[in-house]
Amino acid sequence: MSIARRRSYGVRSAPYAFLLPAVILFALFFALPIGYALWLSLHKVKVSGLGLGAGARKEVWAGIGNYADALTDSELLDGALRVVGYGAIVIPVMLGLALVFALMLDADKVRLTSFTRLAIFLPYAIPGAVAALLWGFLYLPDVSPFYFVLDKLGMPQPDLLDGGPLYLALSNIAVWGGTGFNMIVIYTSLRSIPAEVYEAATLDGATPLQTALRIKIPMVAPSLVLTFFFSIIATLQVFSEPTTLKPLTNSVSTTWSPLMKVYQDAFGKGDIHSAAAEATIIAIVTLVLSFGFLRAANSRNKQEAAR
Amino acid sequence: MSSLAVGTAEAAAATRPGTDRRPPLRSRIALVPTITLLLGALYCLLPVAWVVIAATKSGSELFSTFTFLPGSGFTGNVKELSAYRDGVYWKWMGNSALYAGLGALASTAVSAISGYALAIYRFRGRETVFSVLLAGVLMPPVILAIPQYLLLAKADITDSYASVMLPLILSPYGIYLARIYAAAAVPADVVEAGRMDGAGEWRIFTRIALPMMIPGLVTVFLFQFVAVWNNFLLPYIMLSDDEKFPITLGLFTLLEQGANTPALYTLVITGAFLAVLPLIALFLVIQRFWSLDLLSGAVKS
Repeated sequence: MSIARRRSYGVRSAPYAFLLPAVILFALFFALPIGYALWLSLHKVKVSGLGLGAGARKEVWAGIGNYADALTDSELLDGALRVVGYGAIVIPVMLGLALVFALMLDADKVRLTSFTRLAIFLPYAIPGAVAALLWGFLYLPDVSPFYFVLDKLGMPQPDLLDGGPLYLALSNIAVWGGTGFNMIVIYTSLRSIPAEVYEAATLDGATPLQTALRIKIPMVAPSLVLTFFFSIIATLQVFSEPTTLKPLTNSVSTTWSPLMKVYQDAFGKGDIHSAAAEATIIAIVTLVLSFGFLRAANSRNKQEAAR
Repeated sequence: MSSLAVGTAEAAAATRPGTDRRPPLRSRIALVPTITLLLGALYCLLPVAWVVIAATKSGSELFSTFTFLPGSGFTGNVKELSAYRDGVYWKWMGNSALYAGLGALASTAVSAISGYALAIYRFRGRETVFSVLLAGVLMPPVILAIPQYLLLAKADITDSYASVMLPLILSPYGIYLARIYAAAAVPADVVEAGRMDGAGEWRIFTRIALPMMIPGLVTVFLFQFVAVWNNFLLPYIMLSDDEKFPITLGLFTLLEQGANTPALYTLVITGAFLAVLPLIALFLVIQRFWSLDLLSGAVKS
């Protein structure tokens, strides 16, 4: 009896045993919280009498009431609009820079690449909250070198932490923090293009710019799509940067971004049911937008392949 | 490989008779990309350079001297910061190291064994399990963090070290990377040979496969270390006792108190400087033997 039999039993059950920790963690920290959030979002607290004593506060079925409230909540909608504006700056600028830097790292006869590559990647190591803090100080007239220079030149000194410039100020923090990581992802896929692909182009007398536009960019399109996809998810959930800038300016409200509004409702007001509905809406919008983008990008790729 | 080929071609051209004069600078260095990249590097280093210099300034120098002129107050600043509320700053640093170090270690272990199981074995439900785990990466943290807090509150373990570490152990991205590394680094016939020798599955994994996966697992560890160290939302929600804060949250509370008290600015700035040092040092050390390419799952064959 077999050792063989015992062994095959071991082989068959081993993957399940090996995956057990991940599955348990997934159930406890992903599936259960999501289920609980959905449950909460469909319930509300009903207070009977004066709300005193045990049993005076009961959780009752609310249907889509919380969702209807959230969708007509002007604070949430204003926050969503702000974040859309913010994302419209961050994503194109960050990914555009990442692509340009990656292409330049990959170009011939470029010097100092190991230094510049590391320097541009460095902000990835700095927490978003700390990055916001550093830039926050650079935006403060009292200590900023920019204002020092503007002052010496006798030029007007805009308030970077208010109105329109606030969007630029916040966007800059995200661009600064995210460009390097995306550059590495794009650069890695550039490096995996086989050399033969270029040889034909070089023989045809293509300039480096033509090679970049006609060959390299189409070849790395999948990684561009991927970086875009993850950037949408990250941007819609911006939280730590505006939260960190808040102490430095009155222009960042406690509900500046949708996620800050969720936090405010859950812990500021203690209304976890509304917060759960809002969080669910943000999650759904995020998934719809990111997957919608992915589908659109894929179907375009297929069309181009068919042509 | 291609750069090597270019190098030898250049060398050949240089040794050809009649062309032994070095070509002009313009054709040896691609100026536009090099300068653009240097500008990019300058932009990325600017805030770091600023905080390094600002941390050397005493409170009065910060507002009176030119920004990029080093001051004389660095040791004074560090002393003042260390004295702030009986050295709570260093407690925060220690907490961050604990959260990130222990959390990343646990995360790497779970990723390694899951990735190995998904790469090596053929079993029913394999792709389903993989897709479900991966879907976790797409779940916005927002829909997770608040119910996680409420559930942990029911189990009475919020405001504890565990409440910040446990939810971050499962890393879908780590499992994804570990699967790729296992598939590339652990040959099926090596596993089969282990079985022929009568080794159990656990033994094959720990003694044979794990050592082969180490370079990839270092990447998973570092990625997760940075992710936990940089995390703000989860500790912000879970913790109320500031003795348990990680450095990101600690600096934030310091900033909140200091925003209206310019005298506290130097503390915040020195704190920020000391907080970015460990990760920058980590990056400089590891990049010598760690390829950034591994981050996006590229495996050298």
